[in-house]
Amino acid sequence: MTSKTIPDFECQDTDQVSSDGGSRDAGGGAGKDGLRLGALLGYFAIGTFLGVLFMMSEVASWFRIQEMFRFQSFHMYGIIGSAVVVAAISVQLIKRFDLRTLNGEPIRLSPKEWGSSRIPGARYWIGGTLFGLGWALLGACPGPMFALLGGGISIIALAIVSAMAGTWAYAALRTHLPH
Amino acid sequence: MEFLSQPWPWYVAGPLIGLVVPLLLVVGGKVFGISANLRHMCAALPAPEQLKPSFLRYDWKKSGLWNLVFILGVAFGGFLAVAVLGMPDAGASISEATRSDLMALGLTDFSGMVPAEIFSWSALASPAVLLMVVGGGFLVGFGARYAGGCTSGHAISGLADLQLPSLIAVVGFFAGGLLVTFVLLPLILG
Repeated sequence: MTSKTIPDFECQDTDQVSSDGGSRDAGGGAGKDGLRLGALLGYFAIGTFLGVLFMMSEVASWFRIQEMFRFQSFHMYGIIGSAVVVAAISVQLIKRFDLRTLNGEPIRLSPKEWGSSRIPGARYWIGGTLFGLGWALLGACPGPMFALLGGGISIIALAIVSAMAGTWAYAALRTHLPH
Repeated sequence: MEFLSQPWPWYVAGPLIGLVVPLLLVVGGKVFGISANLRHMCAALPAPEQLKPSFLRYDWKKSGLWNLVFILGVAFGGFLAVAVLGMPDAGASISEATRSDLMALGLTDFSGMVPAEIFSWSALASPAVLLMVVGGGFLVGFGARYAGGCTSGHAISGLADLQLPSLIAVVGFFAGGLLVTFVLLPLILG
């Protein structure tokens, strides 16, 4: 107990980093020099596709986020809801047919951990609520922030630097926070 | 091309966004989660290692390069959309009810993607705007890492894999968002 400075639930989330600092992909560990140019071009292309979608569906708009939190349009709920349905069906198909990556590695999804706090799931509802405060104040979540920056809304750069400061503050305080 | 410049309907955009999840899994077994990049960016900062909390000391190239390239693509996609199809006029396409609520908060400019009265460098002189852009950004970064994911990691990747922790996080996202929308914004903008 005393030597455990870094809790073992570290990064059992979407951080994609394991507690030993290594990669934490859903795919297997083999052949992960990871810097294959072809794959990187693939990620860039998928990102570009997503950035266009964030802009043209207006998900990246402060106005649309306000409309969502005021329950005055189905637009955002339709987008998030149908995205979840398509993603869920895809994940089930990948599991059912044991699909592999293009590189032939098995695809594994690790479950989110509950953490060790006396308050079950503390990190999810406390962290989630803090994120929600920021989401509504800024009117953009992390993906759209980068799309807006690319779209020429330069002041978003300040929000991104602030978000990095928030990430750093969490990193500095995390051992004192209930997870 | 004209119809492409209109706001893309949810039943087109939503399923296509959902496809990003299996695409990333199949290309390289990667889990869709954008806010992890904020951590990778902090880890990549050229600060002396001893100044960095342990959470930021890891091989960011090994675990995060793919994701950083991915968000570079997202930014390029934002650029491409505006360059080819023009800046979406989101302020004009929101519902009448939202428009009148926002007017009651003092907003007058409904052109473009984001309100110029908040998202411009000159608007930063206002404490309310400073709180929204700088405070909002800070909470997005802090909260996303504390919760272990943001809208992409929890609301899309997590819910798609039927993860209860992600559902709790998403309920939190909305609790915080509603508090800001109905309590805080009227106080600071009103």
